[in-house]
Amino acid sequence: MTRLITRRSVIAAGAAAGTLTTLPISMVRLAFGGTREDFSFTYISDSHIQQIKGASFVRNWDMGLKRAIAEANLITPEADFVMFGGDLAQLGKKEELDHGAEMLSHVKGKLHTVMGEHDYYLDLGEYWSKLYGPQWYSFDHKGVHFVVLNSILTTDEWTFHRWPTAEQRMLEMAGLDNPNGSPFMVGEKQRAWLKDDLDKVSKDTPLIVFSHSPLQKIYKGWNFWTDDAEQVQALLQPFKTVNVIYGHVHQIQYNQIGNISFNAVMATAWPWPYPDTYAQAGAHVPVLTVPMNRADPFFERDATGWQMIDVNSGRVTARYQLWDNGERVVGYDPKLGKPVDKKYQEAIVRKAPQLHY
Amino acid sequence: MRRFTIALVLSAVLLSPATLADEFTGTDVDRWQSEFDSVAKKGRELWTSGAVGTNGVACAQCHPNAANTHPETYPKFQKQLGKVAQLFEMVNWCIRNPLQGATLPADDPKMTALVAYIHKERKGVAIDAGKH
Repeated sequence: MTRLITRRSVIAAGAAAGTLTTLPISMVRLAFGGTREDFSFTYISDSHIQQIKGASFVRNWDMGLKRAIAEANLITPEADFVMFGGDLAQLGKKEELDHGAEMLSHVKGKLHTVMGEHDYYLDLGEYWSKLYGPQWYSFDHKGVHFVVLNSILTTDEWTFHRWPTAEQRMLEMAGLDNPNGSPFMVGEKQRAWLKDDLDKVSKDTPLIVFSHSPLQKIYKGWNFWTDDAEQVQALLQPFKTVNVIYGHVHQIQYNQIGNISFNAVMATAWPWPYPDTYAQAGAHVPVLTVPMNRADPFFERDATGWQMIDVNSGRVTARYQLWDNGERVVGYDPKLGKPVDKKYQEAIVRKAPQLHY
Repeated sequence: MRRFTIALVLSAVLLSPATLADEFTGTDVDRWQSEFDSVAKKGRELWTSGAVGTNGVACAQCHPNAANTHPETYPKFQKQLGKVAQLFEMVNWCIRNPLQGATLPADDPKMTALVAYIHKERKGVAIDAGKH
């Protein structure tokens, strides 16, 4: 059991009794057989640090990232490591990546980072790689095999031959609803690497895969999509316990496809609508997903946040720290064989703001 | 003969499509639609470019395809404004705050373009003023 002081809890307590209280974050740790242990890591994503000009940056997005880092640093016991899920910058500029990286340098513990399209399409990841190293790799931690992928690549034609300037290429990919964009993909080269990497791992070893885009197909019009998702999933399916955690969508999503559990994470910058609210699209979100509350535009940080990820017996439980909203907990239910919201999964207990239209 | 001429002229006037108040042709409809579409297209450009703000933030960053704007629910009560507000007032709220820009008059051609674009993307959704 740990306690996190938040503005919301402070305000609530102040209004109630004029005293300071804290918001409990329970970190239940189950017994873990064999050599594996349970552990937690923090997940911060999609900060979209945006330069206005010179040394001025969009204050709103800066504050989201700063707040997430400040809160994550207050957690005790400390998380084992920190993931950043991509889109550190808005337009891939050196100034934006530097400004964001300076903030991220304050996280406690080892930092791992995922490449987002907003980090990539100006210089094709060159400066980001100078800061954070390889764009795909794997590591092992307490009996779990972790894989980091760069899932936001696309065709050579779009990347190298379509746009007159790098700046225009970045702008075209930065517009979520821009029909001039191109579907994301992991690509053949990286899939070959992934196959090779996973061949060395026992099928009993739990896997946690990090990508920026969903490794499942949700809505192509907003690139909530990875074009070779099925081929990547096929490489993961032979493993008994597989979790995919992705950013990009700026909203709570979760799903189960075969052996693979999917969890999306929040942005610190701004929330996105669910694709099925776009009247001309008729698109869907994964049927398991209980939506986050509709964002209140009058509260700057509403419907943004960060996550504590608990790993129990190789399964992920995502604890969504939602500013100006209650915490949401989504974890794997072994009886049902899929992730569920611990409080709101049943339709009858949902709240009015969870109804999107 | 004179009466017949008057009747003929009168009927020609009455039957002429150009002079009947509520008659219009396919050509008219096409022109009016293209006028609307060109304004909505201008609205899409403003929506995605950040041109109505000062910090480079664009409406589309939070509202791809103008989703989650719910134009069919206006006018509606906005508790933070303390009154029943129109859609343009919420657009101005966003211009002033996340976009750090200057508000537009309700009949500014830019506001008309933004509202036209929002409604175009929401086409087909039933009007439901006041809904939350």
